[in-house]
Amino acid sequence: MNAEVAVIKTAAETALAQAFSQARGRLPGDDAVAAQRAAAFDVFAKTGLPHRRIEDWKYTDLRALMRDAKPLAAPPDAAAKARAKTAGALLGDVETRRLVFVDGAFVAELSDLAGLEPGLSVGSLADALSNGDATLASHLGKLAPANDAAVALNTALMGDGAVIRIASGATTERPIHLLFVASDKPAATFVRSLVVVEAGARAMLIESHEGPAGSDYQVNSALEIFVGDTAHVDHVKIIGEGSDALHVSTLAAAIGARARFNAFTFTTGGAVVRNQLFLKFDGEDTVAGIRGATLLKGRQHADTTLVADHIAQGCQSREMFKTVLDGEAHGVFQGRIIVRPHAQKTDAKMMTRALLLSERAEADNKPELEIFADDVQCGHGATAGALDDDLKFYLMARGIPRPEAEALLIRAFLGEAIDGIEHAGLREALMDAVAAWLKAR
Amino acid sequence: MPLLEVRNLHVEIDGKEILKGLDLTVNAGEVHAIMGPNGSGKSTLAYVLAGKADYTPTSGEVLFNGKNIFDMAPDERAAAGLFLAFQYPLEIPGVATMTFLRTALNAQRKKRGEAELSTPEFLKKVREVSGKLGIEQEMLRRAVNVGFSGGEKKRNEILQMALLEPRLAVLDETDSGLDIDALRIVSEGVNGLRAKERAFVVITHYQRLLNYIVPDVVHVLSKGRIVKTGGKELALELEARGYAEYQEEVPA
Repeated sequence: MNAEVAVIKTAAETALAQAFSQARGRLPGDDAVAAQRAAAFDVFAKTGLPHRRIEDWKYTDLRALMRDAKPLAAPPDAAAKARAKTAGALLGDVETRRLVFVDGAFVAELSDLAGLEPGLSVGSLADALSNGDATLASHLGKLAPANDAAVALNTALMGDGAVIRIASGATTERPIHLLFVASDKPAATFVRSLVVVEAGARAMLIESHEGPAGSDYQVNSALEIFVGDTAHVDHVKIIGEGSDALHVSTLAAAIGARARFNAFTFTTGGAVVRNQLFLKFDGEDTVAGIRGATLLKGRQHADTTLVADHIAQGCQSREMFKTVLDGEAHGVFQGRIIVRPHAQKTDAKMMTRALLLSERAEADNKPELEIFADDVQCGHGATAGALDDDLKFYLMARGIPRPEAEALLIRAFLGEAIDGIEHAGLREALMDAVAAWLKAR
Repeated sequence: MPLLEVRNLHVEIDGKEILKGLDLTVNAGEVHAIMGPNGSGKSTLAYVLAGKADYTPTSGEVLFNGKNIFDMAPDERAAAGLFLAFQYPLEIPGVATMTFLRTALNAQRKKRGEAELSTPEFLKKVREVSGKLGIEQEMLRRAVNVGFSGGEKKRNEILQMALLEPRLAVLDETDSGLDIDALRIVSEGVNGLRAKERAFVVITHYQRLLNYIVPDVVHVLSKGRIVKTGGKELALELEARGYAEYQEEVPA
């Protein structure tokens, strides 16, 4: 008799295994990719869906939260594509170059592919996989942690996504907007994107996710960004999924020397959201701002998990995450700053603050520092609390009704994070989205 | 009808009675000074008029323009024309002073059924009022009271008062922490607003302010009650003799 305990699979795990075995023959890519997919699925199968006894997923027990796995999305039909035309309204009049994905599939006719700036190349992952693209072969899967269950599933089942390359010294005139829209068919999509920004290039990238309310679709999205030396990259992710959606997304980036890198996540949508950021500071003297604003209500659950890994010396990183929680919402922030032995003169400061608008809301903050170098400046802070009654009274004593007084204070609270976005139009669009959220409260 | 009528007001904070049967009548056009030693209940009176939570009236009533103010939320009292200049104005990081002023003014106007001011109208009004108070435009671009000196915060309170044009302004130790120049500017701001339809309740520990803002009536507050009322000469008397005689146990 051996001591091995039979692993009981949940319905969702069983469905994922079935989906993989049915789809593996038709998913894009050559034999090498197929092998990569199989290896990734094995990683996933070994542990199954992450649950609360796995430390990194302690507050987001996917085994409990994901009751079933939806079938892989079929290619979008004409009606779904037509509806996707009105997507991206949150951005208002911010001028972007749109790359539109409906149910995870790239839709060229809705995308803005004309007049690419010199040095910019844009394509779909499905095409790149099918054509044996060289950039893909050398970069895909090099940054996203292979042992993470969400990443493993993504690698196994990735269907489409964007592959973008910005050549050395090139600049994008408009932000590139990866717009992911779910149709009204509750399906699962696994999108994978790769962005390579070469030395000295400048790029601004917006990634947004949205879909219909009341549909329990599932999104697993992963994006790997290579930031070359002295490049300047801004990434803004907007998680505006429908009310019943499950959204797991991963950003993995490696940042070169003397670069500037800003990442911002704006989360208002989805029933269950897990937003993972894995950042490697590979080159010295880089400056990075990693920020986020999350607004949750009802029974929404959103988890931001960040690992900022300082490998090279002299980098500065600022992490600031603000969460507003109403109703019975649950906000999670796990942030780990690692400073490796060679990363002397690292200057890293992480701040996470939760504002609870309801007594039934819950905020969990877990900031961690792992420091292996001796000449560094690192710190973290975490707070959770209600709106300041004295400030509210001061505003009301001037004639401002309670809801407006609260809205002013909440906007100010989130503004501190949103102000870190360099693009003025985008800052305004997000503040407008905050105002709309507050109005609907 | 008096503008403000406080009758036998008792107020508790955390179960402790601070105001113990306070009576006060203020008519339109008058300036009343309320003086008293520390702990006599001066700030409690200010806060309870403005409607701060945790200041619980246990008996008595306060009529403002004939209406019971305990039925009104703080913002409703403000819109009805009641203004409190805070002893310690609060800093509100992230809220621009101009946004704050405009939101307050338009919220009050809306509540009263008046048209909201357009941006140019509002800017014109702010420039007019701030100029008189020696307030730099640069100060208005900052977040509310953030990085303001003590004197700037007090001037900002008077700016808000001048902009909101209340019927009754309660000034809670507006003179504290002011140097003589700031005191003069603030006082001129107040005097400029004196009008026959408007009244002031000036709460202060010292007589000094009353050289600039000359009151019609002076009250002495001690142990939660008005224990003496007189003309402006009473303030001078208090300055000379102190509060000691009023801190004795007063027979009920």
